[in-house]
Amino acid sequence: MLVSILHRITGFGLATLGAGLFVWWLYAAASGAEAYAAFVGWATWKWALIVPVGLTWAAWQHILSGLRHLVMDTGAGYELSANRFWAWMTVIGALLLTLLTWAYIYWRAGA
Amino acid sequence: MTADTQLSNPAPAESLSSGTPLGRARGLGSAREGAHHWGVERLAAAATLALLVWLAVSLLRLPALDHATVTQWLKAPLVAVPMLLLILAMFRHLQMGLIVVIEDYAHDEGNRLILIALVNLASIFGGALALFSVLKIAFAPLGAG
Repeated sequence: MLVSILHRITGFGLATLGAGLFVWWLYAAASGAEAYAAFVGWATWKWALIVPVGLTWAAWQHILSGLRHLVMDTGAGYELSANRFWAWMTVIGALLLTLLTWAYIYWRAGA
Repeated sequence: MTADTQLSNPAPAESLSSGTPLGRARGLGSAREGAHHWGVERLAAAATLALLVWLAVSLLRLPALDHATVTQWLKAPLVAVPMLLLILAMFRHLQMGLIVVIEDYAHDEGNRLILIALVNLASIFGGALALFSVLKIAFAPLGAG
């Protein structure tokens, strides 16, 4: 239940904020170096870092719960304990993968 | 049953005399297309996932993310084409997903139709702007960014 709602909330956030930033990035790149620099300035502003980190988490959560729904489409995983186990695994997995993604970004930025 | 409750209650079945057949079916989606719609939903989702992984890995492997590097990278056919496909898959996926959410939570038929129209317009506009931007970068002469 919680994971099903999380799937919708993260999907909504990705579809609005995520897709909006994605279009802004491409539009800025097509508009020239100055527009692109303005985008990078906003996107890397440290007080706005919650946005890219939040979107990374939303993407991982949406991907994992989406894959879970895809497995459940085949009729598997409806047994109560298995269902609950995999629901929690999507939540824990998404948090871990978000941490790993940003650890990698920081390691790359520092190297 | 009044016409009013008809409009706000698209799932009938509580009474045999609840309006005309059209009134009862309206807003419930077209018949005979369910399996196709279901398949397109999953295809768009899977394509979005695969191409998004490709994009994330590609961006993380680029030496820098400045304007010159990114536009130079986007000019390669094997980068521009997956980007165009990602935009198509992703906007189709988010359009279908948002419509599912609207269908579940917007119970008033009028609101539902307006919201769905807005989602369709915004998805088409956003997707078209993204597609055009990639094409503009890809076809721009070298050095003209």
